[in-house]
Amino acid sequence: MAEAYIYDCVRTPRGKGKKNGALHEVTPTELLAQMLKAIQQRNNLDTSLVEDVVIGCVTPIGDQGGNIAKTAVMMADYATSVPGFQLNRFCASGLEAVNLAAMKVRSGWQDLVIAGGVESMSRVPMGYDGGAWVLDMRVNSHTDFIPQGISADLIATLEGFSREDCDNYALRSQKLAGIAKAEGRFNKSVVPVLDINGLTILAEDEFNRPDTTLEGLLSLAPSFQMMGEMGFDSSALQKYTTLEKINHVHTPGNSSGIVDGASLVLIGSKEIGEKLGLKPRAIIRSVAVTSTEPTIMLTGPGPASHLALKKAGMTINDIDLVEMNEAFASAVLRLQRDLNVPDEKLNVNGGAIALGHPLGATGAMILGTLVDELERTGKSTGLATLCVGGGMGIATVVERI
Amino acid sequence: MFKYEKDQDNIVTVTMDMQGRSANVINQEFGKLWLETIDRLEKEKAEIAGVVLTSAKSTFFAGADIDDLFKQTDAKLIFEMCEGLKKQLRRLETLGKPVVAALNGTALGGGLEIALACHYRIALNNPKAQFGLPEVGLGLLPGGGGIVRLTRMIGLQPALPLLTEGKRLKVKEALSNGLINEIAETAEDMIAKAKAWIKANPKAINPWDDKAFKFPGGDARNPKVASMIPIVPAMTKKKTWGNYPAVEAIINTAVEGSVVDFETACRIESRYFTSLAVGQVSKNMISAFWYNLNAINAGGSRPKGFDKYTTKKLGVLGAGMMGAGIAYVSAISGIEVVLKDVSVEAAEKGKAYSEGLLKKRVSKGKMTKGKMEEVLSKIKATDSAADMEGCDLIIEAVFEDRALKAKVTQEVESVMLAEGTFASNTSTLPITGLAQASARPKQFIGLHFFSPVDKMPLVEIICGAETDDATLAKAFDYVLQIKKTPIVVNDSRGFYTSRVFSTYVMEGIAMLGEGQHPKSIENAGMKAGMPVGPLALTDEVSMKLMDHIRKQTEKDLAEEGKTVPQHPGFAVCEKLLAVNRPGKAAGAGFYEYPQGGTKFLWPELTNMFPQTTPLAQQEMIDRMLIVQALDTVRCVEEGVLRSVADANIGSIFGWGFSPFNGGTLQFINGYGFNKLIARAKELEAKYGERFSVPKLLQDKADKGELFVD
Repeated sequence: MAEAYIYDCVRTPRGKGKKNGALHEVTPTELLAQMLKAIQQRNNLDTSLVEDVVIGCVTPIGDQGGNIAKTAVMMADYATSVPGFQLNRFCASGLEAVNLAAMKVRSGWQDLVIAGGVESMSRVPMGYDGGAWVLDMRVNSHTDFIPQGISADLIATLEGFSREDCDNYALRSQKLAGIAKAEGRFNKSVVPVLDINGLTILAEDEFNRPDTTLEGLLSLAPSFQMMGEMGFDSSALQKYTTLEKINHVHTPGNSSGIVDGASLVLIGSKEIGEKLGLKPRAIIRSVAVTSTEPTIMLTGPGPASHLALKKAGMTINDIDLVEMNEAFASAVLRLQRDLNVPDEKLNVNGGAIALGHPLGATGAMILGTLVDELERTGKSTGLATLCVGGGMGIATVVERI
Repeated sequence: MFKYEKDQDNIVTVTMDMQGRSANVINQEFGKLWLETIDRLEKEKAEIAGVVLTSAKSTFFAGADIDDLFKQTDAKLIFEMCEGLKKQLRRLETLGKPVVAALNGTALGGGLEIALACHYRIALNNPKAQFGLPEVGLGLLPGGGGIVRLTRMIGLQPALPLLTEGKRLKVKEALSNGLINEIAETAEDMIAKAKAWIKANPKAINPWDDKAFKFPGGDARNPKVASMIPIVPAMTKKKTWGNYPAVEAIINTAVEGSVVDFETACRIESRYFTSLAVGQVSKNMISAFWYNLNAINAGGSRPKGFDKYTTKKLGVLGAGMMGAGIAYVSAISGIEVVLKDVSVEAAEKGKAYSEGLLKKRVSKGKMTKGKMEEVLSKIKATDSAADMEGCDLIIEAVFEDRALKAKVTQEVESVMLAEGTFASNTSTLPITGLAQASARPKQFIGLHFFSPVDKMPLVEIICGAETDDATLAKAFDYVLQIKKTPIVVNDSRGFYTSRVFSTYVMEGIAMLGEGQHPKSIENAGMKAGMPVGPLALTDEVSMKLMDHIRKQTEKDLAEEGKTVPQHPGFAVCEKLLAVNRPGKAAGAGFYEYPQGGTKFLWPELTNMFPQTTPLAQQEMIDRMLIVQALDTVRCVEEGVLRSVADANIGSIFGWGFSPFNGGTLQFINGYGFNKLIARAKELEAKYGERFSVPKLLQDKADKGELFVD
């Protein structure tokens, strides 16, 4: 059977997902097209050999609508034979794109696939696409819909994670991201975003705040208390019957940041790499996606990771580094408990709390960060995982070559 | 018949006057009359300037006849019936001539839906008139286009509370809420205004039939609306616990209907209406709140052959919480009250309770100061039994102690009217025993009020062995006089309500003893449709009082050579009492009661009762509801209960038994006899003989009978 190799990982810097964010002026199609061009240039790629471009995007309407994958492929002047499509597995979209590309290659039916994701949260706000789960009252009620922030607070309450626990975790994320940035650990993958004249718009991540203090974090007001008290808490409590109330611990400080960005991973078979003279960086050992109870929503990474490890014939002890998307502090702390991951293996360069979570792009971004860090430290195996809307969880196991 | 009159201006006035009934209703006869009228209007359209629709009754229109719907279980037939009605209303709406509804009185439900299909609504300034779409109260929704039209008329946000709470509005509120357009002072004025509007608006159409129609406040796709609605289902379930499908169906219809055209929206409404109409919840609620309640209010449990009696002077013994409440509800209903306690001071304190409640009414603008003074002047606070002279009814509300009750009975019997009624407001002590202290046991009866008296709608009337029918009739009339709902039961320990209520709380307490999580128990109670969880309720009642009652019962039964059946909950209460946690009044029970804060479950409970494998919520719910249903059947079997209506309404109004299940006996009808028997047997095997199947239940199951009167 064919194996799926990672040949390259690129990403944009993450820009603040607001009007005053550096990437707000850049369209998501342009972000993606620039990353496609970077892949081509860095690998001196004959794009006619690319058999598909799989792009995750969570809010695929407006600027991101109408199959942004093929749109960007055309903008990047790839060969006309290159197709592309957009998929949506909520926050796992970027990693789902990678996993699907790996499956394509492992099936032997395609040899070279580009996978990744894009999200300009400043231009296409989260939730802008509506959707029946939230806006169709019958569906909303049937599924006991609650926003993810309430789910994160529910996890914290059930697991006994205090506000301090979550803020301490956030502080750690900021500190580690600060060190990683200062030491240039992201430089291998980050490609500056340029304007039409070739002038640099943004060269490095701009969301993180290295001067963050615990005191500052603790002073932030909880984000989900009011909507919780209006009704969402009750939906959670009617299902999680041993709790009397929800402890609202999540704030903008210990939840993932809203940012703009795009990311890509070049995946191919061993043979295509040899043919093109590309050096494989890592092999994709296994992938998994699953789902858990939708109200608590963010507990999918544990089961997904176990499933991926099982498929790879490994245990968590065989894994050197774990990248779990920092959607909310409690979700990461819960995964750490579920997998029994020591601190020194987990999100060693910080994560989305410090750097931001450009929804559709994040999965491929953290996979790139994982491969870079394995190479930098000479370690061998890594696990990337994300919590996902609807209770889903996704995981990918990679091994450095 | 519908009167059809055309005036010199070619305006047709259709006056609805259905024969043989006091109000117009939607039924088969109505369908025929309406069809004839619409056919004629369409035929004579060329010679018509407009239509005024009004009624010859004291009300405009009462709504739909529930009998046909209640019996119907065929979804296709109900859907077609619903679509048929809509089609007929639509014909009037799209006649091409202005149509004005002249609302001489109440227009509720289907009646208001007819008015909404007109182009303009003028109501007579009739203080008795009510306007609204109260279908939700019977587990239904307005299926005659009411949701589709009201939301398009006043917007989603203003319409939803009116629909989901089934609000009934007075004429001025109806105007300010946009249900009607104008108020007229006299009937002539109303018709004149209607005709004037027709002349001024010859091309009237409803807004949704205008191509330029914009949904007021925006439809569900409007970003402002879309940002607000995601929390609506959660807010709804916070109140309904998912037990009231009508509330959800109304919201779904309104929201889904807002983003499609009028005709499609109407069809969506019919489909949701059908789903409710064939569903068990509407059958349960119609059974309880329509058939059972109507039967009770019509005097179903009142002995026949006695003239209606009006109580004139009431004596209340004991000015505590209950006595003060009884004094209040009686005085406000126009009865002269003598409120007696051991001291004038204590009696005055009881009277002050009424003053407090009345002042609240005055400050809310619900009562004038003059009226308040008038009510207060009806209550005389005293410490003298002599003041009971001339009372035709005396209710004792002293402490639950047999000797004390005997003493106060004898004290006043000699003073009150010889033909008067003496009532005991006991919640547990058998009336026959208490009547032994009376010189006139035939005129001795139990009137079991619920606390707080001013809010609780039920009074349980208990007949002792010797109580005669004349006394029962008088007591029944008194309960109606104070605008409460009477149920009638025969004497027994705990009567009906206290007895069956206690099975609910004891089941919850037993679960705690088994090692179930206290919050999960409370949650299951709420999910079962009970108003409060069993542990919180126990705290309200106080375990000390429950213990007192149990000991009293043990003593009484021991005298008869009987023993009290043991309940696993007893040991739990004893443990709590041993650590001095009797309940809310003491500030410590199953809950902690922090000063000025919200109560929370005592954290030590999970240590005191070590936790075991959690039961499924449904298992807990089944236990809580079935244990009450089975004991109710035993009450029927033992002759404590005299009617199904009293059982169902008594349970819902008395202790808040799951309204969506329609009461303790209707719950069995809805659950299914054989299914319930099988489930009870499973529960008996696991939890003991309190789940044993009464013979009556098995007999009825064998005969295929339901619990109906």
